[in-house]
Amino acid sequence: MKNLVLKLWHTLRKPSVHFSLGFLVVGGFIAGIIFWGGFNTALELSNTEEFCISCHEMENNPYEELKTTIHFTNRSGVRATCPDCHVPHKWTDKIARKMQASKEVWGKIFGTINTPEKFEAKRRHLAENEWTRLKANDSLECRNCHNFDYMDFTAQSTRAEEQHSTSLASGEKTCIDCHKGIAHELPDMTGVEGW
Amino acid sequence: MRRSINALSKALLTVAIVTTSFIAFSGGNEVATLRDSTPIDVQKTPAPIPNVANTDVKQKRNYPMQPPLIPHKVRNYQVDLKVNKCMSCHSRNRTEESQAPMVSVTHYMNRDGNFLAEVSPRRYFCNQCHVPQRETDELVENTFVDMNTLMKEKQAAKAEKH
Repeated sequence: MKNLVLKLWHTLRKPSVHFSLGFLVVGGFIAGIIFWGGFNTALELSNTEEFCISCHEMENNPYEELKTTIHFTNRSGVRATCPDCHVPHKWTDKIARKMQASKEVWGKIFGTINTPEKFEAKRRHLAENEWTRLKANDSLECRNCHNFDYMDFTAQSTRAEEQHSTSLASGEKTCIDCHKGIAHELPDMTGVEGW
Repeated sequence: MRRSINALSKALLTVAIVTTSFIAFSGGNEVATLRDSTPIDVQKTPAPIPNVANTDVKQKRNYPMQPPLIPHKVRNYQVDLKVNKCMSCHSRNRTEESQAPMVSVTHYMNRDGNFLAEVSPRRYFCNQCHVPQRETDELVENTFVDMNTLMKEKQAAKAEKH
């Protein structure tokens, strides 16, 4: 084993015998584009709703619940898909989230939530994961669409205006503090702050 | 002979039924239904759904025991075994922050009159009594008169007499 590694190391250190420098540079450049492009394409493919709901766990539980909410159907026809809220848009954060998602692959393989009963049992835990994430990044995924700077308080209801212009404006609260369970059903909220 | 009487009574009965049902149906047109007298084999074009009144302004109660109306939207408010969304603002310990009216203390009483820490299970489902209103005209004209108005009218009539 050690010999094999050493041999590989020596080969890598030696200059190329058969290929020209130009070939290696151009070839490397092209190969880089293909690999990088391929990687990003695959990444984006895993960032679609079709991909998410290709597992029955997601299609039968969270997706069904989303269907009745305003983020699925509304007057203007703009809708949020799974990754809009559950995957960060910035590349580095996205990769970090994708690495975390390897746990979800594990869950899929071992059927952690493969029945409605199991999903229900895990609901509080799963919800808390998302609340913690959104609390930590100041509800970034909400703010990707709902920009505070462009909110027209005069177009909001009295109650909404009151709360957005005080607690949200001062940064004391973030979206997820009040808007829990807006896209999926809530778990048992015993002991959750504000409930 | 007996048979012919039987036949005659049957015929009379049929005529009677047909006539009554004809009267009933022709008279039925005067009562406006949700279908607006659309023939039974025709699909009525549905009326547009009016918006929910969302003023956040308390409505007057028409009689003292009336459950207060909800002056805001309650779309997708979850009220089930797991959670009661209404109580996240209207419960006793949430009203300071939310500034929403607290549900009346009767909602914390069980049927023996004991006060519970949480809202009583028999009062748990808010929408059984409390409803939001839509911004639309009434389907049927309402002639309800509030008792204070009645009392005032009576007193005024009495005062006129004397």
